[in-house]
Amino acid sequence: MEIILDVTDLHIEFHDSDTPETAVEDFDLMLGAGEIVGIVGESGSGKSMSALAIAGLLNRHAIKKTGRIMFEGHDLLTCDRKTLRSFQGDEISIIFQEPMTSLNPVKRIGWQVEESLRIHHPEIKKNERKKMAIDMLLDVGLENANEVYYMYPHELSGGMRQRVMIAAAMIGNPQILIADEPTTALDVTVQAQIVELLKKLNREKGTSIIFISHDLSLVSQLCQRVIVMQKGNIVESGDTKTVFSRPRHSYTKKLIAAIPKIDLDN
Amino acid sequence: MKYTLKKLSSTIVTLIVVSLCVFLAFNVLPGDPAIRMLGLEASPELVAQTREKMGLNDPLLVRYFRWFVAFLQGDFGTSYTYSVPVSSLILSKIPITLTLGLLAFFFTVVISIPVGIATAKYENGILDRSITVINQVIMAIPPFFSGILITFIFGMILRLFTPGGFVSYTQDIKGFLRYLFFPSIAIAFPKIAMTVKMLRGNLIDEAGKDYARTAYSRGNNTNGVLYRHVLKNAMIPVITFLGMALADMVAGSIVIEQVFNIPGISRILLSSISNRDYPVVEAIIMGIAMIVIGVNFLVDIIYRIIDPRIDIDD
Repeated sequence: MEIILDVTDLHIEFHDSDTPETAVEDFDLMLGAGEIVGIVGESGSGKSMSALAIAGLLNRHAIKKTGRIMFEGHDLLTCDRKTLRSFQGDEISIIFQEPMTSLNPVKRIGWQVEESLRIHHPEIKKNERKKMAIDMLLDVGLENANEVYYMYPHELSGGMRQRVMIAAAMIGNPQILIADEPTTALDVTVQAQIVELLKKLNREKGTSIIFISHDLSLVSQLCQRVIVMQKGNIVESGDTKTVFSRPRHSYTKKLIAAIPKIDLDN
Repeated sequence: MKYTLKKLSSTIVTLIVVSLCVFLAFNVLPGDPAIRMLGLEASPELVAQTREKMGLNDPLLVRYFRWFVAFLQGDFGTSYTYSVPVSSLILSKIPITLTLGLLAFFFTVVISIPVGIATAKYENGILDRSITVINQVIMAIPPFFSGILITFIFGMILRLFTPGGFVSYTQDIKGFLRYLFFPSIAIAFPKIAMTVKMLRGNLIDEAGKDYARTAYSRGNNTNGVLYRHVLKNAMIPVITFLGMALADMVAGSIVIEQVFNIPGISRILLSSISNRDYPVVEAIIMGIAMIVIGVNFLVDIIYRIIDPRIDIDD
C-alpha cells in the first residue's frame, strides 16, 4: 500500500499559561492510500489535537509543535502557509464534532459546499460548480439537494448539517478526510448512517480517512486499523480486530470494558 | 413580505402611541397657551373667547385627532408666539439639522468600520493598543465639549473654518457642507469610538467560532475568513447599534448646533420651549420621533436581509 501521510514524533505543547502543557507527547501515524484508520482514547488523550495538527489548524503562536507531518514531499509543520493552504480543503479535509456550529449561519449551504472549489479551482465555471455541489449533496444522501443548495444551516437538522459538512469536505476529492468525532453530537441512528456514508465515500472515491472517536463500536465497524491514545501517547496500535479481541495494554482493556452491554435476556 | 408588513404595522402603531404621548404631555404641562398668546393683562372674557377659537375647550381626544390628522397632512398648527404656521418656521431648518446628523452618521460608518476591522485583524498590535486607549478617551468626551475643542483648534488656531461663519444651503451648497464638516465630526466622534470597540469585539468573538475554523480548513487565508465569513456575522449587532446611533445623532445635533452657531432646528426648539410655544415643540418632537421610528423600521428590514435566521413568522 502506498503511504500518503507520514507523521513521526509529533509533539504538541500549549504555552498559554506560565507552565507549558503537553497535549501530545509522541504521536506517529502512517496512512496508506484508501485506508481507514481509527484513533480512540478518552477526552484529553490528544487525539483531536493530533488531527487538528495534520489539518494545519493549530497555528496559534502559543502552540509549539515538533516532529514531522510529511505529505506530498512537504512537512506540514514547517512548510510555508501558502503551501499548507494549497492542501487544505483540496487534498486534506476535515469535519468536526459540532455540525450545529461548524457551518456559517448567514451563508447558503451551496455557497459553503462550493467554497473549496472556489478557492482551489477558480477555473471551474459557476454553473459547473453548482452542478458539482448538487451532485455532491446527492452523494452524501441529501435527496432534496436542489432545495438544500439554497437553504441556510438553521433550516437543517444536525445529521443533515453533518452531511453538508462532509459534502463540503469531499467536493475537492481530497486524498485524506479527517473526521474528528463526527458522530458524537448526533442521535444513535444518525451516527450509524454517517458511518455508512463514510464507508461508501471511502469505497467509491478511495479517500483515506482518519476517524477519531471515543466510540469503540463505531471504530470497529469502520476502521481497518486503530490507534489507542492515552495522555498524549500511543499506547497500542494495530489491526482493529486484533486490538479489540486481544488487547495487550491495560488502558485498551479498560476502554473495551467500558462499552455498555445490553443484556437482551431481560 | 409578510415580515415587512408586520414590521410596518408595528411601526405605525408605535407612531400613534408616540404621538398620543407627545400630545398628552403638552396638555398636562402647566400654563395656558391662550394667556401666553394674549399676555397676563388680557381680560378673562378675551381669554375665554380665544380658548374657544383655538379649540382648547373641546374634549381631549377630539383635540388629539384634530391635531394628528392635521399633522399627517403637513399642517403642524400655528405658532403661539409668532402667529404663523409652524411649518413655515421649521421646514427651512430641517435640511440643516438633518444634513448635520446624516453627515455625522456617514463619518461614523466610513471611519469606524475600516478601523474596527484593522484593530481586530491586528489584535494586540501597536495600532490596536493605541486605538483602544484613544477610544476610551473619546468615549468619555461629550460632543459639546469636543465641539468646543474643535472650534478652538481647527477654527481659531488652524483656521480651517470660520467659527460662526455659517453658509446657508440655499446660497452655497459646498460652503454649507464645508461648514458642517467639523460639527458633524464632533457629533460622530463618540459614536465612532463605540462602533470601533463593538465591531472589534464582535469580529474577535466570531473569528474564534467553529465556522471560522471550518473556513480555515477549506484553505481560506486570514482575509478570506475575515471578509467572506466573519464580517457579516459580526456586523449584525453593529447595524442595530448604528441604527440607534443615527437617530441619536440627529437628535444630538441640537446641542452641537448651539456650540457651532448653526441656525438649525435647535434655536427654534429652545426658544419655543421657553415660550411654551407648544405647536412648534410638538412638531419638532414628532419629527425626531418619526426619524427614530423610521430608522428602526429600516434596521429591521436590513436585519432580515443579512440574517436568514430571523423567522418570517416572528
